[in-house]
Amino acid sequence: MTDYTNLLSTNVQKLKPSGIRKFFDLLENMDDAISLGIGEPDFVTPWHIRDAGIRALEKGYTKYTSNAGLTRLREEISKYLLRRFDLDYHPQDIVVTVGGSEALDMAIRALVNPGDEVIIPVPSFVCYGPITELTGGVPVYIDTKVENEFRLTAEELRSAITPRTKLLVLPYPNNPTGGIMERRDLEAIAEVLKDTNVIVLSDEIYAELTYGQDHVSIANIPGMKERTILVNGFSKSHAMTGWRMGYVCGPRPIVQQMLKIHQYAVMCSPTTSQYAAIEAMANGDCDVQRMRQSYDYRRRFLYDGLRSLGLDCFEPRGAFYMFPSIKKTGLTSEAFCEQFLLEQRVAVIPGTAFSPNGEGFVRMCYAASIDHLSKALERLEEFLKKF
Amino acid sequence: MNASKEKNILRLLENDAKLTPRQIAAMLDMSEGDVAAPIAKFEADGTILKYMAQVDWERAGEELVTALIEVKIAPQQGDGFDRIAERIYQYEEVDSVYLMSGDFDLAVYITGRSMKEIAQFVYAHLAPIDGVTATATHFILKKYKEKKCVFKQPEEQEERMLFV
Repeated sequence: MTDYTNLLSTNVQKLKPSGIRKFFDLLENMDDAISLGIGEPDFVTPWHIRDAGIRALEKGYTKYTSNAGLTRLREEISKYLLRRFDLDYHPQDIVVTVGGSEALDMAIRALVNPGDEVIIPVPSFVCYGPITELTGGVPVYIDTKVENEFRLTAEELRSAITPRTKLLVLPYPNNPTGGIMERRDLEAIAEVLKDTNVIVLSDEIYAELTYGQDHVSIANIPGMKERTILVNGFSKSHAMTGWRMGYVCGPRPIVQQMLKIHQYAVMCSPTTSQYAAIEAMANGDCDVQRMRQSYDYRRRFLYDGLRSLGLDCFEPRGAFYMFPSIKKTGLTSEAFCEQFLLEQRVAVIPGTAFSPNGEGFVRMCYAASIDHLSKALERLEEFLKKF
Repeated sequence: MNASKEKNILRLLENDAKLTPRQIAAMLDMSEGDVAAPIAKFEADGTILKYMAQVDWERAGEELVTALIEVKIAPQQGDGFDRIAERIYQYEEVDSVYLMSGDFDLAVYITGRSMKEIAQFVYAHLAPIDGVTATATHFILKKYKEKKCVFKQPEEQEERMLFV
């Protein structure tokens, strides 16, 4: 019998697997379970966008595109970023990627040398740390706090920066907390960074999903665009998760190096998806607005429901997650999620899946129908009776 | 109350009549009373005509036939098309009546238990109405979508285990 442990990369073997799998195994055997677990839109991609993908197939556009992506698509992304976020990126400073995920992977690998530190505010999406470790870098986690609405503060950042700091990941609007960074928060971060060589990796995949105020990118802050790698994509904004379409923009010398990784790893993004994405950029603003409105209704609905059940919950202002505290139950996040699923057939994600400081919280994705959210709340009410 | 908030209440109810004032209030960030009052007003003044369920009768095992009947009419002095339209829509079995531009004047949707029943309605009730000059009956063979509801249940994608 071959001993694979001697064959596999030690860096890969050291990576922790996702602790979520067992929940899905349990879910599979339940007929009437409600899942608020998976973080993706419940909408199907708008038809005109799907149709653009179909037309591309009908026309026989089945070959590779250029590595960086179709010129027309990068032009449309450039126009979109200017129109929506007042961000001015030349199409040549944009690379179309396989989802936002590939962009994050490329950005970290393009910058991090062994021993370099990458600052990661947590709780946040789970990929930044593992990718950093694969490159031999060192993740430095900052525990953001509910009393700060899970913002990264200038003081927290300042105390985490060392001479080895290479990169700051800025995951806002945030998954799983729904926290956002407003202009003044970003200005304070920029002030800390201005005398350092730290590059910002701004994961803005939820940029279209803010409620009550428009998203501001750190690249909008004077002096920051030159040191920011901006990641965005189509998955959350245009309900296109399965198309695997994202993009990265940044200073040309960085983007050119990232493009090498991209061309060796994936060649180019799927051609069909790129044609669909052109349609999404050119004619999809009203779809985004319609879906945002719908998420906002559900956000308020779930927030109101959780509060009336007596759970402490920070009112999320971005993305489509609610991150209530379940400390009152006395259960750990993991135990809460397991019991809630087994007894009431509702799947939510333990905060600890995102970071140790997620203990005491659970993530609920409210990209679900009002009917589902309503039933989930009824079941939660029943569940909470035993505490 | 501002008109756009009232319209938002109507939009939400149009999409899901089962929403309670309490739920709508949460969704629109309003008080329950501020939602209940305009709803009561809309119900009283006929802005909200009725609450009902959209039923897929085929799934319920009921064989029903729906037809679109094009009706041409000679407008009458004074009443125009309205009087004839009224004489048609008063029949219980008539689902909808619309005044149309184009080749014919009224579009009448009607549901019955059989083609025969609908044919009977046309020659016994519709065609003899004074001013109706011609009818053309088109039977609906299959319903795909009605009032934004698709009849086919969406196909679920394969079970997924992923973490995002």
